[in-house]
Amino acid sequence: MNTHFIFWDINVWADGALRLLMITGLMTVVAMGLIYLERKVLARFHQRVGPQRTGPLGLLQSVADALKLVGKEDLRPTNADPWTFELAPYLVFIPIFLGFVVIPFVADWQVRVLDLGILYFVAASSLTIVGWVAAGWGSDNRYAMIGGLRSAAQAISYELPLVLSLLSVGIVAGTLNLNEMVQGQSAVPNIVWQPMAFFIFFIAALAELNRTPFDIPVGESEVVGGPFVEYSGIRWSMFFLGEYAGMFIMSILAGAVFLGGYEWPFGGELGRGWQVVLVGVKSSIFIFLVFWVRASMPRLRIDQLMGYAWKVLVPLSLVQVLLNGAVLVYGGPKIILTVTGLAGIVFLFWITDRAVSKPRVRPANPAMQTEAAS
Amino acid sequence: MASEMLPDEEYEVQDLLLNVGPQHPSTHGVFRMVMTVDGELVKDVVPYIGYLHRGAEKLCETMDYRQGIGFMDRTEYLAGHNAELSYVMAVEKLAGLEVPERAQWIRMILCELNRLSSHFMFMGAFGIDVGVFGTPFIYAWREREAIIDLFEEISGDRMMYAYFRPGGLAWDVPTNFVQRVKEVLVSSKTGIKDFDGLLTDNEIFRARTQGIGYISAEDAIDYGMSGPSLRGSGVPMDVRKDEPYLYYDQIKFEVPVGKNGDVFDRYICRLEEMRQSVSIIEQCLEHLQPGPIMPERMPRMLRTPPGEVYVRTEAPRGEYGVYLVSKGGNRPYRLKVRSACLSNLQPLKQMSVGQYVADAIIVLGSIDIVLSEVDR
Repeated sequence: MNTHFIFWDINVWADGALRLLMITGLMTVVAMGLIYLERKVLARFHQRVGPQRTGPLGLLQSVADALKLVGKEDLRPTNADPWTFELAPYLVFIPIFLGFVVIPFVADWQVRVLDLGILYFVAASSLTIVGWVAAGWGSDNRYAMIGGLRSAAQAISYELPLVLSLLSVGIVAGTLNLNEMVQGQSAVPNIVWQPMAFFIFFIAALAELNRTPFDIPVGESEVVGGPFVEYSGIRWSMFFLGEYAGMFIMSILAGAVFLGGYEWPFGGELGRGWQVVLVGVKSSIFIFLVFWVRASMPRLRIDQLMGYAWKVLVPLSLVQVLLNGAVLVYGGPKIILTVTGLAGIVFLFWITDRAVSKPRVRPANPAMQTEAAS
Repeated sequence: MASEMLPDEEYEVQDLLLNVGPQHPSTHGVFRMVMTVDGELVKDVVPYIGYLHRGAEKLCETMDYRQGIGFMDRTEYLAGHNAELSYVMAVEKLAGLEVPERAQWIRMILCELNRLSSHFMFMGAFGIDVGVFGTPFIYAWREREAIIDLFEEISGDRMMYAYFRPGGLAWDVPTNFVQRVKEVLVSSKTGIKDFDGLLTDNEIFRARTQGIGYISAEDAIDYGMSGPSLRGSGVPMDVRKDEPYLYYDQIKFEVPVGKNGDVFDRYICRLEEMRQSVSIIEQCLEHLQPGPIMPERMPRMLRTPPGEVYVRTEAPRGEYGVYLVSKGGNRPYRLKVRSACLSNLQPLKQMSVGQYVADAIIVLGSIDIVLSEVDR
């Protein structure tokens, strides 16, 4: 069985392998580019200049970092569990890599078109958590273990709002196939119908990516890097690459699901080059938002993080799913979704603000104190 | 609790001992605390100090009075002028020296500027403790840099000034001093305003700090806390008001106090205190007149009559006291520094037990310790 690969027909399996190979290259290059970009953008927020000594404008900074990391000694603590410790970086990296299979970069270019593309993506990418917990457990380090368990708790909590917000878009679009979803947005992008779902998706994606304000598992000032604390050299860089590749894939997904991917709402046929530019711009918006939040937000505490997911985001996204179903079944005008979505955002702001407006004095637990004193 | 879920006969369940420091990003130096944690909850905190002990007090006993000044900088490296002030005031009191007016005003300006720079340092470090990636830190560093540059122009050093002398100052300030201070104040005011936006009004920051690390006014007094850490609990104790030294009685300023005694109140007290410091410096500049900076008749070798004296001043972290015993001669018989940080560190256990691990970190950050002052 043959399939069409760019210009010629080749075997299906060879085609898949070639496309995956291209994805690997793309992912590595983009991740390194993102690292450079993040350093430059954060430097601007800090009123610094950022990397500038390695190559023109410091463009080779990531290459230099990668070379340094490859050259470093691969250390393993004596008491670490060898298999868990050494396999954990791959367990983080491979699921993210698998997620790329369904991502529509431009029209008719992805590894495979799956009818349940979103389901596949969510299922594959949530497996990274196994790697995080394995790294935390296998390192034989208490900071690493606390970090690993934190990341497990966080992933379980934020997987739900992420999936529910994607599901509510799926209901409106009438499909879970990412390509069909993008093509369905040729007139109006989904964010117009589902503003609140986009908001919830953004928050949950930050938590999935372990970015500020949800960088609790790696909290530099508390658990000193969490699961990565014992890693060095190439294994550590695998985690790092995975993190930025995850950010890239999440931004492309956000672009495809909410912002219309490679489609252009103002009519006209777009060539492949323009589609790439469009996807790039849309994902850059998302990535810049992530950097921006990182430069300005403190870190939440673990109980606040879970409380926010279970008490605010999950109910709100469930309401959104119910509302979408009701509007579609009883045939209301779609503008209801926009209005309620905007109202939902206002409600989200209000409830977040209310949660912090009153100081809650929580004196130390007296029972614990006596226990500790004894 | 985890211990109730597992059968006791098969597993021995222990709480996790988490060693934080001395090499940890948020211990603000070489401080070590061993936390007993149950999941994320802190059950016990045992602090260990002494990693930076250099015996500054004992060393001062082997040197004459002027040589001791440098050691005072090193006991409190973020507010060297304030530390020197306590020491030289103790020596002056013992030796009965009259300090010229101009020297006093310059001392006041420098001490308040140092309070600003020290509090900027706190703001930046606290921002990192609560988890912002560097932005408040860099902003604070920018303002602190301007102040430190000014200190360098005046004293020749950026941290270890050794600029105050028993009787006055080492030398007069540069001629453009007033103008330079005004420039620094302009940038500091912007910096203080920046922190309102960066931290104070940030929802997550408030959620993280409000209601955390509570200590009541009574407990805070019992532990001997002082400075903004005490005022955060609502006690309006400020040595500048209660026992005015220098010319603080001629200056109008307020002592900001908190209400809830939590981490946020200790933070906001410091921020308000910075505004007060700016206003104090502005008033001091109006009083500054040309004149001598040392008494006309100073002995070549400073000798003190036998006696003992305790002088306390309001350093950025609280009451910095110097207890000086002399048996005559040109060196102290005994020097004891009353460290504000050491006392402020005492209720750490009470404030952090029962809170989350992340809270214990910001509680430690909120009392703003300088380890060289704790250990001396």
